[in-house]
Amino acid sequence: MSSIDRLFERLRAQRRKALMPFVTAGDPDLDFTEQLIGRLANRGATMFEVGLPYSDPIADGPVIQASYTRALDRGVRLDDILATLGRLAPRIETPLVTMGSYAIIHRYGPAAFVAEAKAAGVAGAIVPDLPVEESDELAAICRREDFSLIQLITPTTPPDRARRIAEKTTGFIYYVSVTGITGERNKLPPALVDQVAWLREQTPLPICIGFGISRPEHVRALAPVADGLIVGSAIVRRVAQAGERPRNEVLSEIEQYVGELLAEVN
Amino acid sequence: MSGAGGPSHFARIVPIMPVSSPVPDPRGRFGPFGGRYIPETLVRALDQLAEQYAAANRDPSFRAELEELYRNYVGRPSPLYHARRLSRKVGGAQIYLKREDLNHTGSHKINNTLGQALLTMRMGKRRVIAETGAGQHGVATATACAHFGLECVVYMGEEDIRRQRPNVFSMRLLGAEVRPVGSGSRTLRDAINEAMRDWMSSVETTHYCLGSVMGPHPFPVMVRDFQSVIGREAREQCLDQLGRLPDLIVACVGGGSNAGGIFFPFIDDKQVALLGVEAGGRSTRPGDHAAPLNFGRPGILHGSYSYVMQDDDGQTCPVHSISAGLDYPGVGPEHSYWKEIGRASYATASDDEVLEAFDVLARTEGIIAALESSHAVAKAIDEAARRPADQIVLVNLSGRGDKDAAEIARLRGVEF
Repeated sequence: MSSIDRLFERLRAQRRKALMPFVTAGDPDLDFTEQLIGRLANRGATMFEVGLPYSDPIADGPVIQASYTRALDRGVRLDDILATLGRLAPRIETPLVTMGSYAIIHRYGPAAFVAEAKAAGVAGAIVPDLPVEESDELAAICRREDFSLIQLITPTTPPDRARRIAEKTTGFIYYVSVTGITGERNKLPPALVDQVAWLREQTPLPICIGFGISRPEHVRALAPVADGLIVGSAIVRRVAQAGERPRNEVLSEIEQYVGELLAEVN
Repeated sequence: MSGAGGPSHFARIVPIMPVSSPVPDPRGRFGPFGGRYIPETLVRALDQLAEQYAAANRDPSFRAELEELYRNYVGRPSPLYHARRLSRKVGGAQIYLKREDLNHTGSHKINNTLGQALLTMRMGKRRVIAETGAGQHGVATATACAHFGLECVVYMGEEDIRRQRPNVFSMRLLGAEVRPVGSGSRTLRDAINEAMRDWMSSVETTHYCLGSVMGPHPFPVMVRDFQSVIGREAREQCLDQLGRLPDLIVACVGGGSNAGGIFFPFIDDKQVALLGVEAGGRSTRPGDHAAPLNFGRPGILHGSYSYVMQDDDGQTCPVHSISAGLDYPGVGPEHSYWKEIGRASYATASDDEVLEAFDVLARTEGIIAALESSHAVAKAIDEAARRPADQIVLVNLSGRGDKDAAEIARLRGVEF
């Protein structure tokens, strides 16, 4: 049982929902990432998705893409990211999962990646460009290491395939709210609630919804059908817009924003 | 006409679809290479595309329609031309050119875009997106879309827009929208990223007309099949006109579609050597070339596992080539497979060698070749020089060079 499984067990017993901020590692630097995750954890964020910057992210919209470019331009390396997470993890009780291209994991070596990430206190990985057919090798390593491999299901996934993906997933299912890329949206598709309700009947796994979620009203509308919600671009955008403002001010602003969303799930 | 020895342009168009091949397997693997590393959102569309393509392959009416277009719209078969003055100047083997530059739109790219546009019609989609580097694939896609009345959007890096202006104008004349891409290196690789992002949102109504033998399954096999009309014609033309197969075939490799297209029908002819030529750029130092098969290693980029220029963290490295169409850090998975099993070899030609070959071909034969194709010409000259006069070196002259005139003038400081 991974720390993610224990988290959702506890949340379900308390009838609470997870709120998972997405933070790009190394944007604008790893110091900031460490402080941001620390402060949001204290504020009550339930779990973190840590974005591993990648040069060619095809599932990401302009906001997250630009954050990856900023981090890579400053020379962030995977080993440095894992070292930072390794310092953070013991200080917070909140599980951390990475979100990163299989290009990165493949180059590092899947077994080495899982071993190093686990040693750093990371509980699982989301690999957005590794569909279930290609995931056998990584999935076997993750099972052996009790490291969650969170798979994605989208509105374009046919029902049979969704069930197959659910069978291969550990930790939770990442349900992608829209047919599209990451990024804030004013409105989410009306069919979303029904799609998640259907999926819930197919699997006992927790279901978290991501892509497009940015507003308290989104959280309010989706919290009843999901086990958790993921917020990315809205946080990354606030980092991008920080400019030369004092870091403390930017951290407080993001903390306040996440606090508003947390109020909707608790 | 097989065996009749008639002139090449009377050669019948050899059936479009290939003979059976052991690769790829049903999951798009060429040995270890290929596969499908893409977001879940795109999986269903790729499954549908693979099914529709397989059905089209079995449908004689699809083949007949494509063959008719190849003949009367593209002008196929493209000639096999004996470059006598060039061969004499080189003083070695006889150099023959497969004249894909004479196709409608000026390159081999139209062979693929017409096939994919026909498939788009079968799938009932009305919008097509594409990436382009040199603009040849963009023009060929815009052309196929105009022919079928499909909406067309082409993503092109800002750096490529600068160096390939004539093609940008042509695409707009053909009714396509050209969307400049300002992210990353502002070249082909970033244009592919943007096209994929568009597809992530539009996949239910839009076909992504990928221009090379790369990307997720089924693109590498499908594009290879459409392009293999080049090799099938060339093979038959060699037998008809020369009474034998060539000793060596040379083609440039960016993503690898013209090379894949001419190599594939010769794969079982073990006596025919196959040589792909990558962009050697300014030097062999990282960042100065675009030659992953020579200097890279297997990794993941743009949906498949293949040789790639990648750092120790899996980040794609910057690359350089004088030619926008080869300025790409990856390569199609089947080329990685052919390299691995030793069926084809891969060399590089430097920017300077390419410019020299470009001049030599223009002055000895009156043919202005694309800078991409000039990579193949450069290595063919080297290879022919060290072979006896009774050997045959066949070059895939994949495109014409009008589009490069302004860039070459700029490089030479000539007022254009």
